[in-house]
Amino acid sequence: MRTVFKTSYDADIRLFRHRAQGGWYALLGLLAIVMPWLVNTFWLGEATNMLIWAIAGMGLMVLVGQTGQASLGHAAFLAVGCYAHVLYQQKLGLPFILSFPLGGLTAALAGVAVAVPTARLHGIYLAIATLAVSVLMDDLIVLSEPLTNGVMGLYAPSIDIFGLQIDRYGNPYLFYWLVLVVAVLVVLIYRNIVRSPLGRAFAAVRDSEVSAKAMGVNVARAKAVSFGISAGITGLAGALMGQFAGIFNNETFNLLISIQLLLMIVIGGLGSVHGAFFGAIVVAILPQAIAITRDMVTGALGVGSVAIPGLETAIFGAILICVLLFEPAGIYGRWVKIRTYFELFPFYRRDMFRRQRSYLKTERMR
Amino acid sequence: MDVLQLVVSGLANGCVYGLIALGFVLIYKATEAVNFAQGDLMMLGAFVCLGLTNEQFLGLPFWLAVPLAIAIMGAFGYALEVTVIRRMFGQPQVAVIILTIALGFVLRFVAGLIWGNQPISLESPMAGTDVRLGGVVLGMDEIMVIAVTVLLTVLLYFYFNRTRLGVAMQAASQNQLAAYYMGIPVKRLNSLIWALSGMVAAVAGILFASKGSVDPSIGLLGIKAFAAAVIGGFGSLPGALLGGIIVGLIEPFSARYIAAGYSQVMAYLLLFLILVFRPNGILAQIHSKKV
Repeated sequence: MRTVFKTSYDADIRLFRHRAQGGWYALLGLLAIVMPWLVNTFWLGEATNMLIWAIAGMGLMVLVGQTGQASLGHAAFLAVGCYAHVLYQQKLGLPFILSFPLGGLTAALAGVAVAVPTARLHGIYLAIATLAVSVLMDDLIVLSEPLTNGVMGLYAPSIDIFGLQIDRYGNPYLFYWLVLVVAVLVVLIYRNIVRSPLGRAFAAVRDSEVSAKAMGVNVARAKAVSFGISAGITGLAGALMGQFAGIFNNETFNLLISIQLLLMIVIGGLGSVHGAFFGAIVVAILPQAIAITRDMVTGALGVGSVAIPGLETAIFGAILICVLLFEPAGIYGRWVKIRTYFELFPFYRRDMFRRQRSYLKTERMR
Repeated sequence: MDVLQLVVSGLANGCVYGLIALGFVLIYKATEAVNFAQGDLMMLGAFVCLGLTNEQFLGLPFWLAVPLAIAIMGAFGYALEVTVIRRMFGQPQVAVIILTIALGFVLRFVAGLIWGNQPISLESPMAGTDVRLGGVVLGMDEIMVIAVTVLLTVLLYFYFNRTRLGVAMQAASQNQLAAYYMGIPVKRLNSLIWALSGMVAAVAGILFASKGSVDPSIGLLGIKAFAAAVIGGFGSLPGALLGGIIVGLIEPFSARYIAAGYSQVMAYLLLFLILVFRPNGILAQIHSKKV
């Protein structure tokens, strides 16, 4: 059992609650850095994929977890980030070090452009509007063929940072470290936003728009800023996704990716950096886990390999249903409960994390 | 004459969208849950009917299979509410949206396992017969779709305005707590609403299947129907049908008069514009909260 004595107001907003926590994260960071020496190229690629999904998840988390605005259209911002990043390189000849942040910035502007007209929408209406954005973006990419090469797609050029050639296949460990650096930067940005006045405004908007307004938060502005930051981070993830895939077209960023992204952060746990990472682990590991299990089952039964179409999404859906029914706070929420149990042992009580609302609170009145 | 044909086929499509949208709106009005799996319920309805009547499956007579399929889907909707949806009571709307999306994934997979992922067509008596009306060739299936939709709308209208249960459902959807105080069994009504919307989905599915072949991925049509529901005004039954018909009409006309690639764009563009300028739909039912 540990007791954290807070002796200053800063203790409430420190990145780590206590020294030991910082130590654990340092260990995790060290493990992430030495990963290329620990696993083979295949699993390093999977780890890279996981980190990219985690970045995208953090992008969406700013909007959904912190500001409480559901978006079913974040694949559109992945697409904007990716296309902008590659087109800046191809058409304007910008180097990676410029085109990558500019790609994110372009996505952020696109996010604000979506947020401003939809500022009056809540919950379900916002979700459907962003869903429309995602579908429209898909069609827009096909229709603006001279720029985006339509359904043929574009090739992501290999990365060149001051003469250092980074290629996903040539030197996967460099690409992994690049993604890791971006992921760590995004984590720092995310954490710092959340503990700044802006993050407080986001949380206020999430918990009650009426009270946020009463406390002097400009709700429309907070939403637009949140949309912008969220889309910007997602755009960075999109650019990395394009680099990871090598070739991409409108289908790479379809509506199902948007939905998967939202489902991912719900599985992980809304409202925390950890949730994005846990969700990304599920998304990245699940296809491999299914493939391995299938091989084991078919090997044990002695039958040839059978492919069941849609099995992956179905299992993903089933996991999600179970998470929503039995642990609405997600994987991270469950972890917090387990941790609290041991930290407070033997004083943990079942109702400590009980859900507050047990009745239907109408959202029809605004 | 071209225009008339486009109108009829657009109307027929629009009626199917409208019926799926009706399912959304029924559930939303009563429970404020948004059922993204409504399209998949429609798909399931189509497959259940198909599985009952087609030669390679059970081979029952068509007119026996239809009410049976509707009843099965009603029971399925009821069971779904009791086992899964009710546990989500009191959680934010978005959680229910996500749950039903996941449910859609699972339903699509199960349907693929049972009936296969290849497109199958329903062996209905209407398929392939044409009706000539003064130089215009109309498919019997299209006329059937429109007729059934009109009939169902009238039935639902009388159900909600003339029967005890219908009025109770209206009351529960307007103010759940007050309805509960009046002695209306709100929980059971919620289950019944899901059953009703499962039945409507079955009708929509059978109509859709009678117009062409079905495969598990037609559940994604639900997203378009969802757009239709929002265009018409979420929470208004006539609005859902109106929105469905608007979307159904926009598609063939924009494909014909603008360019083939634009048919989907126009529907969603309209949705986006409606949301921006009239966020509560054409027939709005949302009022602003007074603090």
